[in-house]
Amino acid sequence: MEDITTLDNRLSIEKSSPGRRALKFKGRLKHSAPPIPENLRRKTAPRLAELSEFDVVRHFTRLSKINFSLDSHFYPLGSCTMKYNPRVNEDIAALDGFTGLHPMAPDEAAQGTLECLYNLQTLLCELCGMEAITLQPAAGAHGEFAGLMAAKAYFAHKNQKDRVEVIVPDSAHGTNPASAAMLGFSSINIDSGPDGRVDLEVLKRHLGPKTAVVMLTIPNTLGIFESGIETISKMVHEAGALVYMDGANFNAMIGMIKPGELGVDIMHLNMHKTFSTPHGGGGPGAGAIAVKKYLDAYLPVPVIKKEGNRYCADFNRPLSIGKVKAFFGNTGVLLKAYAYLLMHSPRELGEISENAIINANYAKALLKDYYPSHSKDHCMHECVLAPSPEMMAKEITTLDVAKRLLDYGFHAPTIYFPHIAHEAIMIEPTETETRETVEEFASAMKKISAEALNNPQKLKDAPQTMPVKRLDEVQAARQPNLRW
Amino acid sequence: MFIGNTKKDREEMLKTIGVNSFKDLVKQVPEKFLYPEFKLPQEGLDEMQTASAMRELAARNKQLKSFVGAGAYERYIPAALKALLSRGEFLTAYTPYQPEASQGILQTIYEYQSSMAALYEMDYGNASMYDGASSFAEAVRSAVRITGRKKVLIAQSVHPQYLQTLKTYFPPGEDYKFVQIPHKDGCLDLEKLEGLLDRETACAALQSPNFFGLAEDFSKVSALTKAKGALFVAAADPVSLALFTAPGAQGADFAVGEGQGLGLPLNYGGPYLGIFTCKKEYLRQMPGRLAGMTKDKNGKRGFVLTLQAREQHIRRDKASSNICSNEALCALGATIYLALLGPGGLKELAQANFDAAHAAAERLCSIKGVSLKFKGPFFNEFTLALPCAAKELRSRLIEKENIDPGLPLKDFYPELGETLLVCATETKTEKDIARLEKAVREATA
Amino acid sequence: MPKPEEARYTKTHEWIALEGDQSLVGVSDHAQHEMGDVVFVELPKMNQKLEKDKPCTVVESVKSAFDIYAPVAGEVSAVNAAVTGDPAIINQSPLEKGWLFKMKAANPEDLKTLMDWNAYQEFIKQGVH
Repeated sequence: MEDITTLDNRLSIEKSSPGRRALKFKGRLKHSAPPIPENLRRKTAPRLAELSEFDVVRHFTRLSKINFSLDSHFYPLGSCTMKYNPRVNEDIAALDGFTGLHPMAPDEAAQGTLECLYNLQTLLCELCGMEAITLQPAAGAHGEFAGLMAAKAYFAHKNQKDRVEVIVPDSAHGTNPASAAMLGFSSINIDSGPDGRVDLEVLKRHLGPKTAVVMLTIPNTLGIFESGIETISKMVHEAGALVYMDGANFNAMIGMIKPGELGVDIMHLNMHKTFSTPHGGGGPGAGAIAVKKYLDAYLPVPVIKKEGNRYCADFNRPLSIGKVKAFFGNTGVLLKAYAYLLMHSPRELGEISENAIINANYAKALLKDYYPSHSKDHCMHECVLAPSPEMMAKEITTLDVAKRLLDYGFHAPTIYFPHIAHEAIMIEPTETETRETVEEFASAMKKISAEALNNPQKLKDAPQTMPVKRLDEVQAARQPNLRW
Repeated sequence: MFIGNTKKDREEMLKTIGVNSFKDLVKQVPEKFLYPEFKLPQEGLDEMQTASAMRELAARNKQLKSFVGAGAYERYIPAALKALLSRGEFLTAYTPYQPEASQGILQTIYEYQSSMAALYEMDYGNASMYDGASSFAEAVRSAVRITGRKKVLIAQSVHPQYLQTLKTYFPPGEDYKFVQIPHKDGCLDLEKLEGLLDRETACAALQSPNFFGLAEDFSKVSALTKAKGALFVAAADPVSLALFTAPGAQGADFAVGEGQGLGLPLNYGGPYLGIFTCKKEYLRQMPGRLAGMTKDKNGKRGFVLTLQAREQHIRRDKASSNICSNEALCALGATIYLALLGPGGLKELAQANFDAAHAAAERLCSIKGVSLKFKGPFFNEFTLALPCAAKELRSRLIEKENIDPGLPLKDFYPELGETLLVCATETKTEKDIARLEKAVREATA
Repeated sequence: MPKPEEARYTKTHEWIALEGDQSLVGVSDHAQHEMGDVVFVELPKMNQKLEKDKPCTVVESVKSAFDIYAPVAGEVSAVNAAVTGDPAIINQSPLEKGWLFKMKAANPEDLKTLMDWNAYQEFIKQGVH
């Protein structure tokens, strides 16, 4: 039996009707050029939907409504920093003066945008305690790649080409080893200590003349601050290597701790995390790489400079690694981050991390009897929990809890990450959620825990209230259907 | 500014947590690192002040009548597109890792993948890359991985910044070899390509319309690459494909493009949209996310992210790429744009571009000493040979006439002499082009 | 086809069994259970040289990828096209129809250094993965 919602589930191409049209272009400029030669002409029109404008508006509006979003739901996604995306940022980035600027416009036509970018560079450098920065990478992973590339160029320039290893703790984001591998580094995975912190003895064993970079996430992916960072940095530097900080968790440090003072040599920042730009269903983000002076020369081009009262994009950097994308970076995203920073004094930025940390610890405290934490310590901006042994005895997995949460109107936390924590449930409320939201979330989590013990099938059958039930991912991967 | 909790909330929460003060929560941070001095303005602005300061900065950019293309194209952005794309449900959603709660985003990705595969006449497309240049680089990386070879042939007429990006995407110190295929009158020199192709070659990486604006005939390329066991990577502008042969029809193994032209603003270089498509047999080598159609427990249609084991969060150092965040919202924009246009509208748009550029070329070539540098057919931009210094002409027109007449090519191709790459899209009217002609005529007189 | 009791096992849960002058290699029943539904298999190339304990092929489930390690040194002599066409075979019949490849062991005696059925059962029981 086909129900109404199935009919409503049609693809745009299935709503298509030949000859139906939305947008038209009526202006035709005259010229006497010959038509396109036969060998270059497209023979068959692409199979795209033919719809009226109303069809299109309704189709996509409907799709927008069968989707969670931050505006409508709490996303306690650890490591993702799903904080409120201020609307004023959107207004600002949409100003014609900004959006209409061509990337090849000469500097004299781009002074407004260049000034914003220059100021953003300065602000971010100061917040990180770093000395140079590039805003070119389009995302965090793109920044990791460019940052490691700069490290590689630095060692090549110093004639230390045999530094070919990147040490990555097992708690790291998957992008870390993937970025290292892309650059031809061999990534050395080191086991963390029981609290998720770097085990100094293990690190020591692996550090040596082949080490180029040690990549650390601070706070780490268990939400724990790397308390021994000073010693770690010292060890790494004594071995002649560099400390790279994955800044994905900078929301726990902004306005409160300067990574540069911890001994970090290179770090990336994600504008779409700490700096409040929206995730857009998976992007666009923007990355920035901040470095110490001695790495400045290797950053990708262009870097925005100020000469007198004039701002310019500097391409003339002979030691630069080059470009990691065409043109400048994701300017539209960077402008939002700049507007966000303009609205905060250093003290107000510190309040961001303070409230992020309080909210995470509050969630952890409310849930401590139901979902034990991986770590005894207080956490920073996120905590890693797991279903209780009683729940697991009923064969309830983290996935079941996550799916049931959807029925309660909460997006699931990050699950099964970090890999080192068994059945991980990683919760990051961010500073923009109120205590009431955290309490409502905790209360749903507690109800789910009770359900798990009394009626575990309810969790196995979850979600019940979503547009679809659990989906057949095995089928999707075995016989991929990736297009109409 | 955007913090929900009050001081009272915080105090009560700290009590529940079991600490006396916030400082007790962060004891794991060595005290000397806490609260350093920040040399920053000590006051933040309010929303109104911020908006006003930023408006002022936006106004400091010159509003030029611009005839620059070179890989980024001024486009009219339909109102319905803007309205749909600014919906909070799309804007503030996260990556669809929980499929049951993300059917909207997942279906749009599926529709995007379908649209790109259809447009490029390729088997599959992914959920997006950062931009055209990084897509191009990743496609070449895929070719290198598949063939296990290290020599890459790149047409000299490929966008210079694509070439720069491509080189950055290959770690230095490993013996990758990048060889440029010279152009003949602005187009790929097929004989040279044939001569350079050998059993060491991973791929030939080409672009059409190329950086000079010329539409190229690549129909013979795939036979040549195949004969040597190499692959064919093609970059193409998506809008041009409504009129010109698609990479798939020319036998490309990977086809990529810059998707900005599909309804996205220029934004001084980003966020843009990396289009990435491939032949069936290379699906597993494709970087980035993929959404697939499947069924739920009750047999109802639904969508999920699939083939994830290729990706960084699972395969880590063995992943096909490190890409995580992509350009999902831009991909959604392109999908909506194509839905608004349909095949008919897209063709009309492409034709309007073709007509505007050819009208501009005709008018400009009527000026004494001004001519087309290359003979070949072009889409919406063309290379103009000038009787004067191109850079000075440009500065003068920007300053005096508020017109940006095009991009001087001397910095990229010194051997071409005084040339200007001029673009006219559907946004340019008869009057705009007449203004450009008049300004260039006066400046070259 | 070998009986499970006749095969030898690695600590990384591959099995290997002599069949004439070649050896069949696959993953153990325990391993296919741990992996869950297999969705994709990448097989080694014909004549590929194999180094003992080095990854030589990959089996993917929905959310994971598993390296398959060569149990002994040698060379690939055949691959099982049936499992690439229908990866579910690995779940249904890991020790028979779900074999992955055949190899010629450089030194067939090497097989004897691996765990036998009983030792492997004991190894699994200890929960050492």
